[in-house]
Amino acid sequence: MMAPEMQTTVPRNTASHGEIIIDDVVKIYDPDGAAVMAVDHCSLQIKAGEICMIVGPSGCGKTTLLNAIAGFHEITSGRITLDGKVLCSTEKPKAEPGSDRIVVFQNGALFPWKTNLDNVAFGPIMQGQLSAAEAKEKALDMMADAGLTGVEHNYPGEVSSGMRRRVEIVRALINNLSVLLLDEPYRALDSLTKSVMHEALLEIYYKNKVTIFFITHDLEEAIFLGHRVAIMTTRPCKPKKILEVDIPHPRDYSVLTSKRFRELMEETNEAVHEEALKAFSAGEKEG
Amino acid sequence: MAAGTKRFFGSKTWRGAISLVVFLLIWEIGSLSKIWIKWESFEWLRQMLTAFGLKPIYLPWIGAVPAPTEVLMAWTHIIGDASYWQSWYISLLRVISGFIAAMIVGIPFGLLLAVSRTAYGIGFPVFEVLRPIPPLAWVPASIIFWPTQELSIGFVIFLGAIFTIVINVVGGARSIDLRYFQAARSMGSSQWDIFRRIILPGTLPSIVVGCEVGMGITWNVVVAAEMISGGGSQVGGTSGGGLGFFIWNSYVGGSYEQVVIGMISIGIAGYVSSELLRALGKRVTPWLHLR
Repeated sequence: MMAPEMQTTVPRNTASHGEIIIDDVVKIYDPDGAAVMAVDHCSLQIKAGEICMIVGPSGCGKTTLLNAIAGFHEITSGRITLDGKVLCSTEKPKAEPGSDRIVVFQNGALFPWKTNLDNVAFGPIMQGQLSAAEAKEKALDMMADAGLTGVEHNYPGEVSSGMRRRVEIVRALINNLSVLLLDEPYRALDSLTKSVMHEALLEIYYKNKVTIFFITHDLEEAIFLGHRVAIMTTRPCKPKKILEVDIPHPRDYSVLTSKRFRELMEETNEAVHEEALKAFSAGEKEG
Repeated sequence: MAAGTKRFFGSKTWRGAISLVVFLLIWEIGSLSKIWIKWESFEWLRQMLTAFGLKPIYLPWIGAVPAPTEVLMAWTHIIGDASYWQSWYISLLRVISGFIAAMIVGIPFGLLLAVSRTAYGIGFPVFEVLRPIPPLAWVPASIIFWPTQELSIGFVIFLGAIFTIVINVVGGARSIDLRYFQAARSMGSSQWDIFRRIILPGTLPSIVVGCEVGMGITWNVVVAAEMISGGGSQVGGTSGGGLGFFIWNSYVGGSYEQVVIGMISIGIAGYVSSELLRALGKRVTPWLHLR
């Protein structure tokens, strides 16, 4: 695995890396001979250090894209690179999972048998970067930084789902990653918790300049958080419209009531709605 | 401390105590019915019962069982008897050794079946053929195969526990959420790390459940194994035969109070060992027992 060496040579917390280029990616699922095209010649460039929001109806194939970047699934053809390094291509369809890109899952994947602290310290210990004691110390620092003081020695099952999601983001960030891949992480949260989580994520983002690849079906969330919003077509998935959100960062919740935010919502709402209707009539399952 | 005391005298404890007392009361009344009921005044009922082939001198079934007071009396007679405790000790020893052997073999075997497709393909069909065979059906074969009686009994106990343990381990390991593996892989875990830090803790709850259920079965099996094997290594009366043999021997000797004592002793032994195992299980899976 190349990632650990890279992390020691390249300085972090600059926006100089974390550029993902998705080039003409096709993904065809072939269950029982009935080929289903999930991703159709999709090209998308995610700039280093930006928050790129991927919006599309449930089941449109956006998670397929994320799985290809993370190295969980193969692509059929095309190429995905991270900072010029080929992750996967037609010749090598499955990327090697690496600690330079870590997924925060929809329903969370903290290890329930480890305390929050041990969860956060997991990555550096696994990569042999730090001793267990050093890793825990670093984890404590990062958790304190993310407002997670007081829950370090609790199990994930003991804290709220919002808290768990935050622990999971810190567990990813401690690996000095280039890209944080978020797969509808706030889907299961109520709207009030969600708004708190959005600001918390931005706060974490401002401190750790990483690239964020964020999948959602919530347009409001997408425009509030993202530098750019890629609205995807429903199965097969490819960019339908790319929106540059010209609201300056740092942002806070007052943005939601601003005139520009409303304008951007109006500009894109129709495109999203159109795809949602298509997905609905195609009978796509939730999830 | 206060919380602990409160819980001990809480409604759960009271309900348990009341249910036990009511059970004993019904048993006592039923069993003493042969003394209390004046059958001369129920001639018609007596004739009807006789017509059904029942002895009309006491309430059917429960009247034939020794009363709890009688059992208690008999118990006070043998409670100081070394051979009675010897039976406990021997049965306990057999259960523990058979059970531990089942854990030592069953847990790694289950994990192997779960992680290796090849091992599963080779091992599972044989396992599935052997699994439905009741441990009791193994008794004659076990007596023939093993050189000593102690080993044959131990083997039957081992069989009683192992299938449940293996099935639970395989099921538990296979139902671990795929995302845990993906997350661990992303964070740079090696295959061995994944086994040690994901598969093992992820399967632990199922291991605990498998062991709990398996422990119950070992007690079912030890009794039958002892009865059929007839005593154990130290043959000679009731001494050294284990609780199963104690029951059988008491029955043959016509001491029905002792039969009941033996039954209750096994009940208590099984309950205590299950509770111990549960407590141990809670200690190794603290994340499942949160406030």
